[in-house]
Amino acid sequence: MSVSEMLNIGMMQGFAGLSLFAVLLLMGLGLAIIFGQMGVINMAHGEFMTIGAYTIFLFSTVSENYFPKFVQSYFIFAIVAAFFIAFALGWFIEWALIRHLYKRPLDTLLATWGVSLGMQQCFRTFIGPKEVSPTLPDWLMGSWSPHEGLDIPINGMFVMVLTLVVTGGVLIALYKSRWGLRVRATVANRTMANSIGINTKKTDRLTYAIGCGIAGIAGAAFTTIGSTGPTSGSLYIVDAFLVVTFGGAASLLGTVASAFGIAQMQSISEFFMTGSMAKVLTLLTIVIILMMRPQGLFASKIRR
Amino acid sequence: MSHDQHNRTSPRRRIMQGLMVLPLIALPALSFGANPPTAQVNTTKLAVTDTEVTVGQLHSATGTMAISETGSIQAEQLAIDQINAMGGVLGRKIKVIKEDGASDWPTFAEKSKKLLINDKVAAVFGCWTSASRKAVLPIFEKENGMLYYPTFYEGLEQSKNVIYTGQEATQQILWGLDWVSKEKKAKTYFLVGSDYIWPRTSMKIARKHIEGHLAGSKVVGEEYYPLGHTNFNSLINKIKAAKPDVIFIAVVGGSNVSFYKQLKAAGVTAAKQTLLTISVTEDEVLGIGGENMQGFYASMKYFQSLDNANNKKFVEAFKAKYGAKAVIGDVTQAAYLGPWLWKATVEKAGSFDVDKIAAASKDIEFKGAPEGYVKVHENHHLWSKTRIGQAQADGQFKVVAESPELIEPNPFPKGYQ
Amino acid sequence: MQKIKTWIDQRGLNGFIILAILLAVVFPLAMDIFRLNLVGKYLTYGFVAIGLVMCWGYGGVLSLGQGVFFGLGGYAMAMFMKLEASDPITTKIQSTPGIPDFMDWNQITALPMFWKPFQHLPLALLAVIVVPTLLAFIISFAMFKRRVGGVYFAIITQAVALIVTVLIIGQQGYTGGVNGITDLKTMLGWDTRTNSAKYILYFVTVGLLLGSIYLCHWIQKSKLGTLLLAMRDKEDRVRFSGYDVAMFKVFAFCLAAMLAGIGGAMFTLQVGFMSASFVGIVPSIEMVIFAAVGGRMSLVGAVYGTLLVNFGKTYFSESFPDLWLFLMAGLFIGVVMAFPDGLAGVYTSHVKPWFIKRMASVGKTGSKPGGTAKAAASDAAAEMTVLETPPGTTPRNVMPINTGLGGIQGQSA
Repeated sequence: MSVSEMLNIGMMQGFAGLSLFAVLLLMGLGLAIIFGQMGVINMAHGEFMTIGAYTIFLFSTVSENYFPKFVQSYFIFAIVAAFFIAFALGWFIEWALIRHLYKRPLDTLLATWGVSLGMQQCFRTFIGPKEVSPTLPDWLMGSWSPHEGLDIPINGMFVMVLTLVVTGGVLIALYKSRWGLRVRATVANRTMANSIGINTKKTDRLTYAIGCGIAGIAGAAFTTIGSTGPTSGSLYIVDAFLVVTFGGAASLLGTVASAFGIAQMQSISEFFMTGSMAKVLTLLTIVIILMMRPQGLFASKIRR
Repeated sequence: MSHDQHNRTSPRRRIMQGLMVLPLIALPALSFGANPPTAQVNTTKLAVTDTEVTVGQLHSATGTMAISETGSIQAEQLAIDQINAMGGVLGRKIKVIKEDGASDWPTFAEKSKKLLINDKVAAVFGCWTSASRKAVLPIFEKENGMLYYPTFYEGLEQSKNVIYTGQEATQQILWGLDWVSKEKKAKTYFLVGSDYIWPRTSMKIARKHIEGHLAGSKVVGEEYYPLGHTNFNSLINKIKAAKPDVIFIAVVGGSNVSFYKQLKAAGVTAAKQTLLTISVTEDEVLGIGGENMQGFYASMKYFQSLDNANNKKFVEAFKAKYGAKAVIGDVTQAAYLGPWLWKATVEKAGSFDVDKIAAASKDIEFKGAPEGYVKVHENHHLWSKTRIGQAQADGQFKVVAESPELIEPNPFPKGYQ
Repeated sequence: MQKIKTWIDQRGLNGFIILAILLAVVFPLAMDIFRLNLVGKYLTYGFVAIGLVMCWGYGGVLSLGQGVFFGLGGYAMAMFMKLEASDPITTKIQSTPGIPDFMDWNQITALPMFWKPFQHLPLALLAVIVVPTLLAFIISFAMFKRRVGGVYFAIITQAVALIVTVLIIGQQGYTGGVNGITDLKTMLGWDTRTNSAKYILYFVTVGLLLGSIYLCHWIQKSKLGTLLLAMRDKEDRVRFSGYDVAMFKVFAFCLAAMLAGIGGAMFTLQVGFMSASFVGIVPSIEMVIFAAVGGRMSLVGAVYGTLLVNFGKTYFSESFPDLWLFLMAGLFIGVVMAFPDGLAGVYTSHVKPWFIKRMASVGKTGSKPGGTAKAAASDAAAEMTVLETPPGTTPRNVMPINTGLGGIQGQSA
């Protein structure tokens, strides 16, 4: 193999690591907000992602059949719609279930597990048990090839840009907006926040809904690289939890760092050993690091 | 909780039913004149009455495998409906008890016990994954049930109590490899599979064939990924570094979609790379998207686009029942064969008894098979042809090659173990 | 007679006796062997559920990886039975006769070292208990010594479950992979698939389960149980009193693991195979749900919860194949929303007071069941302290880190 070829492979491998980072971050972000900021364990996170994916499918089918002009552009609108549909459903579920369970955070695990079972069956009954494949616009397909032998996946770049936008948006919202202020106050001290007039109930509902909405965006984006079916969400949920725990539940920055770490570890080890062993190695490393730093990489300082 | 089902098959109840219909004896004698009496065709207390025979259907309607197994459920139901419309089996209508294996092997075991012990079904059409078949196999052998198993699988198995209506690994793989070797002048192969028994065994057979029987050919990589793996960029880079003539794929489930989408995004298209898969049927293309598979080859015994009269009729009936957009893959067709082969065997044996069916299965033919013609081998697998299909943008395959003869099933291939 | 009754009452064994009668007498009489075998299978999950009552309900340690221990126990048993089923004569078709079939398929030509001990039943039975306990000890010792608790512990156990699954599936030459270890027939020549064997195995399972419940009950009533509760509610206070909190937690977790291992072994014996599908995250969470439905503070309740959920699963999926997941989802959500303390909670808060009132109104003895009522009241009170204390009412405004996943709020407080 020539030097230039090795350089190409190296660059593509570097990009593979980065794009995995983007994927992990995007799937973990919504969970990190809900889990880290509210302490709610949202087992239905994967199903909210599936909702996003099905939104893309819905838009692609509609635009293909009725508005052929929009086939190239529906995707952007569909992602926005995916956010709002997942947001609305999250709002509803918080109102119906989660808000009754704040004093028993563990029970949210069981309740949302029930929700995820129900949602999966809904997809199966109302949309169909088989996988679907939305028709993606041409500009999202294929690769960008600056020179012979080097192919950078366009969908990978798209996911990266989207992740950047969403993460940036969340960080800005959390640290610059009124909502962010309220969330941080509630997380820091719920009773105090309540007593100075912050409506913590409303804050919680909004936080949960935004977390779900981001899951919807993630699911929508993943139609470019993964499957869309009733159980697609379950493919991502475990990784999402790992990213969040590894990063330290209360810190968004930690989520970013852990997604980066896990992605690099996995994609590099996958290149040099078999896929199954790479997975074991990655998980083992995570567990060992977590044993040494139980609060995750970036934990907020607390008195114990 | 299960007394109803018990009573239905208890001898006393049957005698009672017999007594009740006594006054009407002339009528059945007219309409079912040719029917052999139940006592004669059913000596092992199966759920067979004078007018009805009960069979079981055991697939995953929920869980991760529902994506794949739905097609089989539909095809078996279609076959049973058609058989019933023709008057049933030995003059008895087929009644189906559906059970959901829920993509969980222990559940498959539980439900198969229920079907065999509680419901006393005459035959079961079901299972999809190797793991589910392995979980129920001891139960079928112990309770002496009859299973019609539709999926192409790894071989290395043969049971009196199972009829394998899909292909075993050598049938599916060897001819396909010979074809790429000859037609595409391939010398180097890269093998990729999901990490479980079927891909592992398939790749073992493929490797032995490539290294032992295809002159000057070699394997330049062999990789397995956990089921449900969704990120293949590192693998794709490895493939690019190895530059194989052919990528040979047995990736299954949700991973499939990720693999082909990412392959296309990495610029690996049919124009530059030959790819042969043994795990993508029309059903899978639904999820992958035709545009992502376009130009790649699959080695199967059946494609929906097969051009013969049987298949036209079958596709038409399937679409009439399940909608114009329904697609039919290899396994779906194999599942459709199950009830028909069972019917033919029962009629040949003149009995629903499992032992007699097992003994009579050899050389049972089905001339109406959508794939053309199949025959049951002594080892309970089917003689069948192997075809190479090229994926089209619309999600169908174009058949580009077909083995000239029926290929003999050989679940324990010498020299490939 | 009166003496026995008082003895039972004092020790809060009423529920235990009723359960024993139900399992050992009523079920075998009322059910055919097929259903009884199913119940036997469910009861093996019951071992996990009572283990969870001990480590989650009492110790405050939630494990989302109990499937690992269930699986290890089951695999230990399965390895022994598989070796017995793979004698050179029955496997003569293989290229290497005398080793399990899946090894032969994966080109392994000799029995691996770690399989060797499983040729002997005593060693296999020892492994059923020791291997899960040992793994639990390694995991929990490292973590509890570093005071990892609550949500982190739960998620780490989840990661362990994932790792073990990937390992088992990936090393299929040694483990059977996704298929698991199948086609198990005999134990020391005794055919475990016959009806009589199924009856015997059922009663062995019931016996072991009742024995385990009694053991756990005894631990609960001992000083150790009190300490576990105290630790769950105010870990720091127990620590400052000079107790080694970590070791108590390790004990609770190891106990749960050991019980799960026994359950797994009984599962293998009754069902005739073991596969990696028990080790994963989904079955582990389901097992937590069994305990939650039954009531996480009640040993007997956990068994009822296990039975109820599994009966529900079987019944719904047989009767409403298209709707059963909706019904299961409804069951989980309904129980969590309406009966947070599970069936046992419903019993203590509704059925029991009604019963006592009724007894009293009959005018016989209002004070007789005092022992049990007191025990129940103290249980309920203990529950209250965890579940009903709103954050902020604790003196220093720091929630106990290890009260289940409530710890997360403490983390950020």
